[in-house]
Amino acid sequence: MKERVPVGLLAVATGIIVVMLAVILGNIVLNGVGWISWEFLTSPPREGMMAGGVYPAIFGTVFLVLLMTVAAVPVGVITAIYLNEYAPPVTAAQVRSKLARARGIEWLAEFWRLVQVYVANVTRTAVTTLAGVPSIVFGLFGLGFFVQFIGAGIDRTLYGGELVFGQPAIIWAALTLALLTLPIIIVATEEALRAVPHDLRDASLALGATKWQTISRVVLPQALPGILTGTILTISRGAGEVAPILFTGAAYFLPHLPTRLNDQFMHLGYHVFILSTQSPNVEKTRPILYATVLVLLVLTFSLNLVGVMIRMRMRKRWRRGR
Amino acid sequence: MSMGAELEASREARTSAPSISRRPEVRRDDARAPSSTAAKMRVEHLNFFYGDTKVLHDITIDFPEKRVTALIGPSGCGKSTLLRTLNRMNDTMAETRVEGRVLLDGEDIYAPRVDVVRLRQRVGMVFQKSNPFPKTVFDNVAYGLRINGLVRSRSELEARVEESLRRAALWDEVKDRLHESALMLSGGQQQRLCIARALAVRPEVLLMDEPASALDPIATQKIEELIYELKKAYTIIIVTHNMQQAARISDITGFLWMGRLIEVGPTVKIFTNPEEKMTEDYITGRFG
Repeated sequence: MKERVPVGLLAVATGIIVVMLAVILGNIVLNGVGWISWEFLTSPPREGMMAGGVYPAIFGTVFLVLLMTVAAVPVGVITAIYLNEYAPPVTAAQVRSKLARARGIEWLAEFWRLVQVYVANVTRTAVTTLAGVPSIVFGLFGLGFFVQFIGAGIDRTLYGGELVFGQPAIIWAALTLALLTLPIIIVATEEALRAVPHDLRDASLALGATKWQTISRVVLPQALPGILTGTILTISRGAGEVAPILFTGAAYFLPHLPTRLNDQFMHLGYHVFILSTQSPNVEKTRPILYATVLVLLVLTFSLNLVGVMIRMRMRKRWRRGR
Repeated sequence: MSMGAELEASREARTSAPSISRRPEVRRDDARAPSSTAAKMRVEHLNFFYGDTKVLHDITIDFPEKRVTALIGPSGCGKSTLLRTLNRMNDTMAETRVEGRVLLDGEDIYAPRVDVVRLRQRVGMVFQKSNPFPKTVFDNVAYGLRINGLVRSRSELEARVEESLRRAALWDEVKDRLHESALMLSGGQQQRLCIARALAVRPEVLLMDEPASALDPIATQKIEELIYELKKAYTIIIVTHNMQQAARISDITGFLWMGRLIEVGPTVKIFTNPEEKMTEDYITGRFG
């Protein structure tokens, strides 16, 4: 049968993925689950990371991700709304050809449209480029821009040169991560907005709604599940990234939990890196390492799960009886 | 007659002139109107462009008050486009251009100062595919009232919603399910809900773009009966593919072909004794 070859290939490819995932997860779960205990989850590391738990790293990761979400989601959603709803849906060439023919007031209107088209194009290019930048570059950028430029600038102007914000801190790490994750939110939101049926917009406009009323009362509620998906994807991506926070705020070990925006913080991903490279006794830290990776995985997975559940609930609310 | 009295008289004349915010009295002076009532809306020498393509050519047509005018013609003849120019829904499409005038109560709706939001309250629209919002039945009908701030209290809102649903002949079917999702209703009910939603803002003109084309015969019949009721209070302009439907429900019929208005007249005449050969060929099913 002709069908056998492609079907076989598909089965093999799928099989490879499933097996790989099972091996990775199985290895981590089997080796890590024995070390997980209430104490491990709620106490700080002791004896040079060879005993104790990971509570400060869990706390730091959650705090970091919350700050990142607060910074990235509004900017990303607003950008996507501009790109999808307000930027003129024409190409620069179309506007230029109109501009060549227009005179007077009309010329000004077309010129303004051309500016908007260019702004939108530059933004789109920026978004796709941003998505392709390696994350370590974000880390270096964060150090140079947020810590040394913005942070040090704040210290000079507000604190008379005293070192307050001009050092690695959770706020700078969160902002760096926000930059890194912005493209995910923008792309997901744009897709969600595009998926809102055109006839719903028409219905709203035909009832005398303004454009903004239509967006805020019809389009955004309808796009909300998609936007939430983007947010959750962002959060789980942000929770696992280590490179951007390396120079901008993550600490090797801290005796206190971070409580202020300019505190440093411990982080699960960074902690994994520390445990696996800086331990004086590899054999003794290995179970702790496995358990820490397991905690990180469970954290990201459960975030994803929450996202999926929210989405399903929102979908169901309106699909009942269909 | 003193100077003062003359001024008084001219002011009176001015204030009673038709304005964009007021219904005029029925005018009898219009000999061109294809029926005894005055034109609620009038299209004069309308050209419409998508980019550089001209899709409507020099359309001139009157839509008399409290009558049903049907626009018929083959797919792509421009009948839906014409309909959308009447409440400026074409504004939402990029790269379109309008030449000529569209008058509502004698005032050009494309004049620079016209408030499009107010215009669309006065000229409501029902679309081909029923498009209720994914909200409750109640919130669907209340939508236009809320965004335009047309009601002052919850009880007034509830009264207007009930009134609109009754006018759309839907109240008895949904009165126990007002706070359930509108998407639970059947296709025909959804379309009547869309009509109720359009009626809630108390429009003067109702544009209907093939409102029954996606419905089964029974639901279609209900919509047609509803249109028959509604024309007592509203000026209705309906685009339809279905010539039997046009013949059943309309008072005036306009036949469009390739962006041109070939013929317009009383429905009875168009369907029994059209003046143009092309109209006759179309209604007898020889093309289209």
